[in-house]
Parts: sequence; C-alpha cells; structure tokens
Amino acid sequence: MYLEIPRKFGAIVHQAQQVARSVFRPISRKYDLAEHAYPQELDMFAAIMDGMNDGAADGGAGAGKLARSGGKPSEGNVNGTNMKTVLGLTELCWGDVGLALSIPRQGLGNSAIAAVASEAQLARLGNTWAAMAITEPGAGSDSAAIRTTATLDGDHYVINGEKIYVTAGERANAVVVWATLDRSKGRAAIKSFVVEKGTPGMAVVRLEKKLGIRASDTAAIRFDNCRVPKENLLGDPEISVDKGFAGAMQTFDNTRPVVAGMAIGLARAALEKTRELLAPVGLEPDYQLQTWQQPAVIRELQLLEAELEAARLLTLRAAWMADNGQPNSKEASMAKAKAGRVGNAITLRCVELCGSLGYGETELLEKWARDSKILDIFEGTQQIQLLIIARRLLGKSSSELK
Amino acid sequence: MTRDPIGLALSLMNRVAGQAWLDRLGLRPVVEKTAYQGTRAGFRTLALAGREFRRVNEWLPKQRLPAKAPADLFNLTLDEDQQMIVDSLHRFARDTLRPAAAAADEAATIPAGLFAAAAELGLTLYAVPEAFGGVAETASPVTSVLIAEQLAWGDMGLASALLAPFSVAQAITRWGSGEQQSRYLPAFCEESPPLATIAIDEPTPLFDPLKPATSATVTGSGYCLNGFKSGVVLGAESDLILVAAELHGRPRLFLVETAGTDGIRVKPDPAMGLRAAKLARLEFKDLRLPADALLGGDDFDYQAMLDLGTLLRCGLAIGSAQAVLDYVIPYCNEREAFGEPISHRQSVAFMISDLAIETDSMRLLTWRAAARAETGQSFHREACLAHLLCSEKAVAAGSHGVQLLGGHGFVREHPVERWYRDLRSVATLYGGVHA
Repeated sequence: MYLEIPRKFGAIVHQAQQVARSVFRPISRKYDLAEHAYPQELDMFAAIMDGMNDGAADGGAGAGKLARSGGKPSEGNVNGTNMKTVLGLTELCWGDVGLALSIPRQGLGNSAIAAVASEAQLARLGNTWAAMAITEPGAGSDSAAIRTTATLDGDHYVINGEKIYVTAGERANAVVVWATLDRSKGRAAIKSFVVEKGTPGMAVVRLEKKLGIRASDTAAIRFDNCRVPKENLLGDPEISVDKGFAGAMQTFDNTRPVVAGMAIGLARAALEKTRELLAPVGLEPDYQLQTWQQPAVIRELQLLEAELEAARLLTLRAAWMADNGQPNSKEASMAKAKAGRVGNAITLRCVELCGSLGYGETELLEKWARDSKILDIFEGTQQIQLLIIARRLLGKSSSELK
Repeated sequence: MTRDPIGLALSLMNRVAGQAWLDRLGLRPVVEKTAYQGTRAGFRTLALAGREFRRVNEWLPKQRLPAKAPADLFNLTLDEDQQMIVDSLHRFARDTLRPAAAAADEAATIPAGLFAAAAELGLTLYAVPEAFGGVAETASPVTSVLIAEQLAWGDMGLASALLAPFSVAQAITRWGSGEQQSRYLPAFCEESPPLATIAIDEPTPLFDPLKPATSATVTGSGYCLNGFKSGVVLGAESDLILVAAELHGRPRLFLVETAGTDGIRVKPDPAMGLRAAKLARLEFKDLRLPADALLGGDDFDYQAMLDLGTLLRCGLAIGSAQAVLDYVIPYCNEREAFGEPISHRQSVAFMISDLAIETDSMRLLTWRAAARAETGQSFHREACLAHLLCSEKAVAAGSHGVQLLGGHGFVREHPVERWYRDLRSVATLYGGVHA
C-alpha cells in the first residue's frame, strides 16, 4: 500500500502547473470579464499538449486518452492514463477551470469517443475536438428522458431536437449528441452521434451567460433535420436492453474522477491564496492534534485541507481503479460527490475568511467561488452521485430507489 | 517478499473455529455484575499483585525496526500477508468480539479469556523485534491500522483493551533504550503477556496532549511523579503504564511499573463509551521512579509518539464507522414504512451514501499517513489531517447510525447506540494507542 503520486508523473504535473501559472492565471480575470470572447492564447498551448500526447510512450493523457471501460483486469499494478489525466487537469484547474475546459481537443466528447467508439471510429474521429450534448430544456439529470430523435434514413441518421449546456459547443469541431432511436423503447434506445461542425441543420442558437467558468462557452444547439452519416453512431447501433444506455453512461465512470480532479485543483488554489493572504497577519498553518486552542481560522484551514485531501485520495482511488481495469462506478461517484461539495464549500469559505479582499475582484477568490459551483453540477449533480452510490450500496434498481 | 510476521502468528488462528473459541476461552458473556461503581467510588491504592519485570544485567543494544522502502507507484492493494491478517481478524471480530460486545459494555468488563485469545493471535509478538522474542522485522504502521480497523469493527471498547498492551510494546520498540527493551519486551512475547497501557489524558477541558500538567522532577535517585490521568484504558489492571509527564518543560513518557509501588492511586473512570476498556483515573502522588524509568533517549520524539498513536486511533474510528455502515444497509433494506423498504427513500439512502463516502475518506487519509510513516517519510501533517477528519466524521457516523434506525437505534437491542457512544471517543482521547 502506497498513496503517493508516483515520481514518473512529476514531469506532467510540473508542465501542467507551468501552464496554469504562466498561461492561465495571467488571463484568468480577462476572460472572466470578457465572457464569450475566444481565448486565442490557448491555440498555441493546445498544439503543445497535442505534441506531448503524440510523443508520449505511455499513451499520453487527456480527455481523448481516458481508458476505455470494461477492459480486462490488468496484470500487476498500473498507474496510467486515468491517473495522469486527473493529475494534469487538477493542475490546469488550479490555474483556471473555464480555460481548462476551453483547451482544444480536450472536450468531454473526446472522452465519450474514447470510451465507446469502434477502432475505425477512433481512427477517424479521435483527433477532432468534440463537445458533449446531453442536456435538453426538459431533461437534465434525467438523461433517459431526452427527446432528441435520430431516425435512420438510408445511409444517414436524421437528428431533430434541442440541446443546451453544451460546453465548448461553439468552439469545438464536432458535437457528440445523445438522441433516441425510438422513444417507446426507453433508455436502451439512446445512442450517441458525432455531428461535425458545419453539418446542415445544426445551429448554435445561443451562448449562455453564467455564474462562473465564463471563459468557457456554453452553447444551446438546435438540430433541424440534421443528417449525419450512419457510421457516426458511436458503438453498437442495435437497441439492446443489456448494453444500450449503460454503454453511454460508461463514459462517466472515467470522466467523473477528472471533474473531481478539477474541483480539487480549484479548491487548492483558493486555500493556497487564503494562506498567502493570512501570512502577513501572522496566521500560518500549524498542524495540531488538539485543534480547539488554535485561532478559529487556523483550525478551519486544517479542516478544509483535510476535506480536500480526502477528496483528492478518493479521486486518485477511482482513477487508479480505472487504470487497473476494476469496475469503479461507485468509487467514481464517491470521488465526484466529495470533491464537488468540498470544492464548493472551500472556495466559498475562503472568500469569507479573506473578507472584502476575498469578495472583491482584485483577487481571484470570488471568481473561484463562482466557478466551483458548476463542478458540483455537471457530469452528474451531487444528488445524482449520491443516488448512484446508494443504489450500489443497497443493491437497488433505479425503479426501486428513484 | 518478506513474510509479515504477524501473518505467521495469525495463521495459527485458522485452525480454530470461531465458535469453539467462544467456549474454550470463556468468552461467552461472563457477565460479572460487580465492582464498577463509577465515580462515586473514591481513589484506592493501586496494589496489584502484578507482574514484576526483572532487571537484566546484560542487555542487548537497542533495536530499531527499519522503515520499508517507498514504492514506485500509487497502490491500494493490500499485500498477501496484510490481506490474510485482515481476513483472520475480521473473522475474530465477527465470531468473538461482536457477540461478546454488548455484555462487555453492560458489565463494563472484559470477558475472561479475551487476552488469552489476543495472545494466541500473537498480536504483541508483531510489535517486538526478533532479538527480544518477537517476530517484527520492519516497522509496519499500515498493518497496525488494519488491525485496529478490524478489531474495532467487532467492538471499539474491546479493541481498545486488546490494543493497549500492543501499543505499549510498539512504543518500547520504537523509543526504548536497549536496557528498557531488554527488560520489558521479552515479557510481551510470553504465553501470557503483561497488561499495559499508555496514560496521556488528563481531567481538564481542551486537554492538549503536548502539555500534560502531570510533572516529573529530578531526585537524587531518579524522578518524582505528581499529577492526574483520566480515561486510562485498563488503568487499574495494567502491570506497566507509560505515563506522559512534563520534565524540564518538555513532555516525556515514563515507564511506571505498578507492582508493589505506593504513590499510585486509582479509581474507575467510566465514560460514555469504551466501557469494556475499563477506563480509570490515576493519581500519582510523589511517586518515586528510578532513573531508567524515562522512556528513550536522544531519539525520543514526543510529537511523533502522539502521531503514531493517532494512526491507531483513526484505525479504531474507521472500523467502528464501517460497522455502522455494514449494519444500516441490511436494516434499511428490511425495515418497511409506507409499504416499502425505507431504503427506497432518498432521505434515507443519501445518508447511507454519505456514511460510505466519509468512512472511505477517513480510511484513505489514515492509510496515507500510515504508509508515509512506514516508509520513513514525514507524516505529522498527514496524521493531523487524518485525526481532524476522523474526529469530525466518526461522531457523525455514530449519529447517522442511530438516526437511520430511529427509535430502534436508541435502544440497546441494536448495537448502534453503543457505537454512537464509542465513536465520540475518537476526538476525545489520546492515550492507550501507538501504531
């Protein structure tokens, strides 16, 4: 048993930290204020990241490299792509969550493609920048209730419907759209389709104005008789009660630890900044077993740090399990639930501890407290994670424990 | 791979069926409704016809167990021996501790034979280096934490009693001089090892273990000890007590043998929980100690001693919280209200999810701290974080447990009210433990 970050990931963590510090932080406030402006600074960085991945002997890291679920248990102990991606995103989000979400070719759609695409699809679509379109005006956490339809017509599927909250939906080169082949067949009929930018019938109708992560574009997209080649259906086109929806949901087992990692990076940034601001007042961290005789703020910082550390270790566990081919659905949700809630609580508390300094725009603390809320919502809300965990623990189906 | 020594000792256990143990060792609730009259009883002189530890003329040089080498990779897998220890102790906890726990709590006593069972498990052997008759080859705080988790899953009070002598052996191995190790450690490897404990806590609010009010002053022949200790596990039963006291402005530990001493008075100090651990209050009044009663020399580190204790305390917390989780799952699935199991309600189910999340949070924080300690890395920060998190989450786990059972949780028919009481101790006590 050993719970330290392996030395071999030191380089990627260091690189990501450099990017966060030198690329993201200096432009963080700029794109928070200039919502919907495209952060051009990221193009060059994306090229560097592609280069790093292509050259990596161990399979690289990033959204498009996450291990494909359902693999065979590995031989021996593996610290692989899942852990590496979590570590990288943690550092990048220490810099800025909105910008990290805007890195070309690192969209959630890329993870979906990595998780369920066939080898041929992976070769064709693996290098595109793909956003993920699941949510609809009438279907949020209840993904099975989506109304967007895909109808087979010759060699094409015809997609109709409206998607909202598509992260990077305007900037990405493609969107992975969840649609149903047959609404009467329930969740088994839900499939995902890659729709490339410029396909007639697909239009971005709106960009949302948001509480946080304003550097990241969040699009509403309408599909009007949008025809996509039938090879763009990811995975198995058959409506199978066994595999259908579960296949689509598998993506989340790999992406939830990554989103948890994002919350951890953000919260760590807030804690570090708070300590930095407190130091000149003579309040330094002081780890004690008996904490009740310390100043309230020092005890609180120790507790927040403990909560953050718990979230971090739960996240590493989930990623480690994925790297080692172990089913990790429950553990991925535990990581996401814990990191989402403590990330939000920590950033909000740090604003409070720093007073008007924390609340004002001079520092980034108030921004982080706004950014952190989304991390407890997207990729499954806190409540959805608790539901998944409870069903697994209690052995309940979704019709029993609703 | 070097075989973890406790694995060898524990393999003995596989030959004995759990149920048979209960009878053979007299572990069936031998409820002695006797003298545990609590705070009303006054102090009495602690006069055990206890064990005497022979001074040895030719002692061995002090032994320090080496740290393990840090691993290259993050790894949550238990090694083969750790897994075997966990499996064996889980059976012991399930078949022996759990059935005895309610009566032990009620009678505030330890079932006769339980220490013999622990001796047969070889618990203390594993705390002692080979040179002194034990089987330990490396320091292994991780394994200690795993042991505490499993025993506390059975019952935290009984686990505390079983782990107090183990902890003393650990502390002497970790900090003792060659002379002290030669005098005390072989006894812990005998067929019936001595009872022993670590007395740190004192009866004062906001007690800080770094600042004991108990004091030691230098005399011509050694030391003179004065002060009070409270919540001492096995305080009235122990042959040997490690006592925290201030010497020259710094906290130290003193080896206090209880046989034939005057200057120690004792009275029961029953508490909210951990009743089977027979907590006691001790008073030291001009207790004369020889010069070699001061534990350790230049390499003694009081903070590290407390930090290692914390790891074991956290292990106890994790085990008991896991017991709560494992109990409420079947209960909430079976208990029906409004025509269906209460586990079908999110308000119930989400509490169970939170219990699982926080129990694993406690576990991972503690494991990380222990793994750092085991590989010779700094672990003070990690131990403090684990302690604070366990302090907060352990008490919440106890509370969730009772709440989920409702009125049934409040009555003694179910064990959760006991776990609620035991779990409150995690943030409260510092003594009796050393990983």
